[in-house]
Amino acid sequence: MLGTQILIDGFAISALYGLGAVGFTLMFGVSGVLNLAHGATMVVAAVAAWVVAGQYAANPWLAAVAGTAAGVVTAFATYYLVVRPIQRSRSVPPAEKEIFVLTGTLLWGIMIQEAVAYFYTDNPKTVRPLIAGVMQIGGVRTPINELVIAVICWSVIGLLWLLVNRSKAGKVLLAASINPRALGILGFELSRVYLQVWAIYGVLAGIAGVLLATFLGASSAQASQLTASAFSIVVLGGLGSVSGSLLAAYIVGYLETLTAYLVSPAYRTVPALILLVLVIYVRPRGLLGRR
Amino acid sequence: MPDRPPSTSSACRGGLGSAVLACVLAATAHGQSKEPIKIGIISEESAIAGAGISRGAQVAADAINAAGGVDGRKLEVILYDDHSSAADAVRAFQRAVSQDKVVAVIGTYISEIALALEPWAARSHVPFVTTGAATNEISKHVHDDYDKNKFTFHEYLASPFISDAVCDGLKQLFQPQFSIKSAVVLSEDAAWTAPLDAEYLICLPKIGVKVLDHIRFSPDTSDFTPLYNKIEGEKPDVIVTGISHVGVQPTVQWAQQQVPVPMIGMSSQATSGTFWKDTNGAAAGVVTFAIAADGSALTPKTQPFVDSYAKRFGDAPPYTGFTTFDAVYTMAEAIKRAGTTDGEKLVAALEKTDFVGTVGHVQFYGRDSQYTHAMKYGSEYVTGILLQWQNGKQVTLWPKAAPQTKVSFPAFARLKQP
Repeated sequence: MLGTQILIDGFAISALYGLGAVGFTLMFGVSGVLNLAHGATMVVAAVAAWVVAGQYAANPWLAAVAGTAAGVVTAFATYYLVVRPIQRSRSVPPAEKEIFVLTGTLLWGIMIQEAVAYFYTDNPKTVRPLIAGVMQIGGVRTPINELVIAVICWSVIGLLWLLVNRSKAGKVLLAASINPRALGILGFELSRVYLQVWAIYGVLAGIAGVLLATFLGASSAQASQLTASAFSIVVLGGLGSVSGSLLAAYIVGYLETLTAYLVSPAYRTVPALILLVLVIYVRPRGLLGRR
Repeated sequence: MPDRPPSTSSACRGGLGSAVLACVLAATAHGQSKEPIKIGIISEESAIAGAGISRGAQVAADAINAAGGVDGRKLEVILYDDHSSAADAVRAFQRAVSQDKVVAVIGTYISEIALALEPWAARSHVPFVTTGAATNEISKHVHDDYDKNKFTFHEYLASPFISDAVCDGLKQLFQPQFSIKSAVVLSEDAAWTAPLDAEYLICLPKIGVKVLDHIRFSPDTSDFTPLYNKIEGEKPDVIVTGISHVGVQPTVQWAQQQVPVPMIGMSSQATSGTFWKDTNGAAAGVVTFAIAADGSALTPKTQPFVDSYAKRFGDAPPYTGFTTFDAVYTMAEAIKRAGTTDGEKLVAALEKTDFVGTVGHVQFYGRDSQYTHAMKYGSEYVTGILLQWQNGKQVTLWPKAAPQTKVSFPAFARLKQP
C-alpha cells in the first residue's frame, strides 16, 4: 500500500520536475543561457493563474492558459531586459558573458520574487485542480489531479519531441544547440532561433508553474528552491541533454518521495543533493551529457 | 525626522529670523508639547498575519486621532518591515528607538522574533508589546528577571492558553455531539508550538482524548501527502493542529487528498478573512481557534473594527489585526494614565491596563503569576473563539454561537457519531 502510494506520488512530482527541467536544459543547450530566474518564472505563472482564477472567477482551465501566458511574458522579459543586453554589450568581455548572464538572471529572479511577495504576499497560491476528486489506484486513494498532471506533462514533452525531431523549426533548434556559428553561416537568423527557444521555454515553465499551483501550491519564497531543483536535475542528467533531464527528474523525484515517506518530509531534498555532489565527482558531464 | 526645539539661550543668540522662530518653539516646549507621539510597528509585511499588524495599527491610530489624539497630541505610527528576519527586526527596533524616537514598539507575530526583541526593549527601556507571537517564554522571561525584562508585554494569548481553549471547545461543543476519543497532534516545528503541544499532551487526555501520535514538521514543508498518509493509517478521530507559518498548502492538500479526518486546532492563517479565497474553498470545515473574528461580536467594539478594516483593506482582518488595534489603544490609554512617555512610568501604567477592546477584557498578569505581563485568559477576560469555515464565511462555534449555528464538515471528513 505504501509502496503504491510512493510510486504514484513520485510519478506525479517527477513529471512536474521533468517538464521544468526540460525547459531549463533546452535553454542552455540552444542558447547557452543558464536561466536562474527559472523558479521565479514558474512562480509568476502560478500566481497569475491564481489571480485570474480568483479575480475573474475563471474556471481552472482558463486560469491555466493565463498562467502559461504569464510564463511566456516573463520569459521574454528575461530575454529582452536581462539576457540580450548583456549578450550584446560591448563592455563585457566575451569570455565572461556567460557568468554575467548567470548573475543577471539570478538577480532578476530575486527581483521578481520580491515583487510577487510585495504585491501578493509570500503565502502559497493554489489553483483549483483541473479535474477535482479522487480515484482508487491499486487500493490507494489518489487525487485525479495528480494523474492529469502526469498526462499533461508527458503530452507536452511528447509534443516537444515531435517539434524538435520532426519539424523544420525544431531541426533548426537542434542545429543551433550543436553549432550556432555554422547555422549562422548557412544563412539562418540566429536571433529568430533564440526568440523561438525563449517562447518554448516560457510555455514549458508556465505550464509547470500552473500545474505546481494545482498540485502543491507555489509561493514566492519557493522560487530559489525550484531553480535549485531544476539546476541539480539538469546537471545530474547532463547539461543540454533533454533525455538526460527526464531521466534525472525521475531519479530525483523518486529519491525525494522515498525520503519524504520513509524518513521525514524535512529531509526530502537531501539525498538528491548528495547524489549531485557524487555525480560531479565521478562523472561531471552527468548521466547522458555530451559536453 | 524629529526636530528637537533648541534651548532658549543658544537659539536667541542666533540670526534674527531663526532666533524669533526658535524662541517661539522654545516657549511652546516649556508648555504642553504638541509634537506627535510616535509608536513603532514592526511586522512581516509579506505574510498574511504580519500585514494584519501594520494595518490594525493604522486603523487604530486614525481612529484615535479622529477622536482628538492622546491628550491633544497626534498619534503617529511608523511602520517597519522585518521580512520575517530576527536580524532585520532588531535593526528596525534600534532605528525606531534611536533615530525615529518612538516611545514604544508594537509588533511581530513570530515568536522567535519577539524573543529576539525582548532584550532590546530591556536595553533601551522602551516598552515592547507583541500582538501575535504566542510562546509563553516571552512572559516567563519577564517573570524570571522582572527588573530587566519588565518592558515587554504579551498582548496575545500565550500558547498554553490557546491549547486550553481548543480543549475546552472540544469538550464543551464537540464531545456532546460526536465521539472524539483519539487524536493526532500535527504542528510545525517552531518556538510557539513547543508549549502549545506540551499543553495539548496534557489537556487532551484530561478530556478523554488519547493522543495516538505527535508529529512536528519543518515549517518549510511543501508536500504534506506523506504526513497525511501516516496520520490516516493511525485512524484518529481528529487532527489537532498547531500551524501558522504554513496554512494554505496543508489545507488544500488535505481537501484534495480527501483525508478522512477533520482538522480542529490552531491555524493562524485560517483566522484571516482571505483564507477561503487563498485555498479556493478547501478551507471548508476547518476549525480553528481565533482571538476574534468577523461575526464573533465578542465586545461592542469587535464588529465595528472588522467593518472599518474591511472597508479600508478589502477583507476581514487576521487575528493580529484585532490584537494590534487593541494594543495601540492600550498604549494610548497608558500614556494618558502615566501623563508621560517615559519608559519606566509607561510600564507601570501598562501594568494597570483594564481595557475592553475588540478581543475582550484586556488585563495583564502581574508578578505573582509565572506568566508576568501575559494577557489574562478566562471567561471574564479573553478566551478567544473557535470558528469554522462554512460556505465562504467564518462561523463562530464557541464559546457562544449564534442561534441556528450548526457544525458542518465536508463529506469526506466527518466526525464520528457517538
